[in-house]
Amino acid sequence: MNEKLIEVIGLNKSFGSNTVFDDMNLSLYKGENLVVLGRSGTGKSVLIKCIVKLILPESGKISVLGTEILNASNDQLDEVRKEVGFLFQGGALYDSMSISENLEFALKAHNTTMTKADVQNAIHSTLENVGLKEVIYKMPSELSGGMRKRIALARTIITHPKIILYDEPTTGLDTYTSAEISELIVSIREKYNTSSLIITHDIPCAKITGDRLLIIKDGKNYKEGTFDEFKSDNDNYIRTFFYSI
Amino acid sequence: MKLLISRSEFFVTVGGILSLIKNFFSILIRKRTNYREIFFHCYELGVLSLGLISLTGFIIGLVLTLQSRPTLAEFGATALLPAMVSVSVIREIGPVVTALICAGKIGSRIGAEISSMRVTEQIDALEVSAVNPISYLIVPRILATTFMIPLLVAYSDVFSLLGSYVACNMTDAISIKIFIKSAAAHIDFSDIFPAVIKTVIFGFFIGTIGCYYGYYASGGTQSVGKAANSSVVAASLAVFIIDMLVVQITSFL
Repeated sequence: MNEKLIEVIGLNKSFGSNTVFDDMNLSLYKGENLVVLGRSGTGKSVLIKCIVKLILPESGKISVLGTEILNASNDQLDEVRKEVGFLFQGGALYDSMSISENLEFALKAHNTTMTKADVQNAIHSTLENVGLKEVIYKMPSELSGGMRKRIALARTIITHPKIILYDEPTTGLDTYTSAEISELIVSIREKYNTSSLIITHDIPCAKITGDRLLIIKDGKNYKEGTFDEFKSDNDNYIRTFFYSI
Repeated sequence: MKLLISRSEFFVTVGGILSLIKNFFSILIRKRTNYREIFFHCYELGVLSLGLISLTGFIIGLVLTLQSRPTLAEFGATALLPAMVSVSVIREIGPVVTALICAGKIGSRIGAEISSMRVTEQIDALEVSAVNPISYLIVPRILATTFMIPLLVAYSDVFSLLGSYVACNMTDAISIKIFIKSAAAHIDFSDIFPAVIKTVIFGFFIGTIGCYYGYYASGGTQSVGKAANSSVVAASLAVFIIDMLVVQITSFL
């Protein structure tokens, strides 16, 4: 577990006068699930968008799978992005396409040489892995919030990425569905041999999914540790996250 | 004086549109064209507008004929009605009115569609899947409007002449053969060429402006309405400006 898949060093980002990151550092190791915790508005989603260069930071170094993202050419960036899955907060399913087409589109963008039969097999097996084989020909608008998250997850894993970035995977879901999604994240790591960076403020989700937790405050790392270490921590700021546990 | 937008907003918008046009041509040259998407948008944006275009074209021809008849009658020149209407429709009224309708119907649709994709992070999802959103979303739409709007204008012109024929027959009986002969007698290359040129440019800019406001939308759902609205206003204004410029330029030909 020593190989670093993602390394963020000295990240700085502001929106106008609002400083989001001030010398932020982070490492994701191979095979681990790292949970980033922070209050709303602390820039957690900005962090993972910087990692795939959807947002440009002012300064710092971001390395993903050995490629310097901020200096990478468009072709290099595309190659890295093909190895990184991203689960968006709202799912971001293409609403003009059926579920099958959503998955097929992701697969074809990643691998153009697959035969039609291979594509169909991959779609069926991935939907089976997220437990939603029956919705294959439905449109995203016909699905519930939890189903949309599962399908978005299916679209992310169908390309077998090495890293998955989860942006608030359980936001807007009831407790039961949140737990289901969290369990699914864990089972995906085992089945697909992925490493994950999970952005959340949902403590039960962090407990189920995280091998290691990182709390961010005022734009920088506040503390790192395991769930059990944080649970018994007496630091007042950390207690605000874990008071209900 | 602030007319519609501030000076800085104006320059940002013009710069953004020019940058989008540069990206459009650069992708068009470098990347493989997605014909399936182009045909899909030609159908969605063009073919599905045929009903509206037929109706408005017919009414324009009918009303123009009815309104012009009394003036021409004063000079005993009602026989020139088909010629007058055909020249007016083909040179100016058909292209401009059809382009304005398309700016409303097609421009707003493109603006709303792409901005809602932006707001719901679907464009970000394309980017992280290593799909170029300009190549996938914008290029096919701009090509579709550039191809379809000239065809819609030609289609509208036919219905305008049909409306004019119906109006002519309300007062005098005139055969379709004589109507067409009279209308075509006064149409030459210098009438058709500028009209074709400007409809192609109208189509290009209606698509580009809709895509620009949709693609660069930011914020929540409010930005979807704002993008649709800005697309219609800016595209309509662009139609008048392009019309003015093309008429000036082609008058030298």
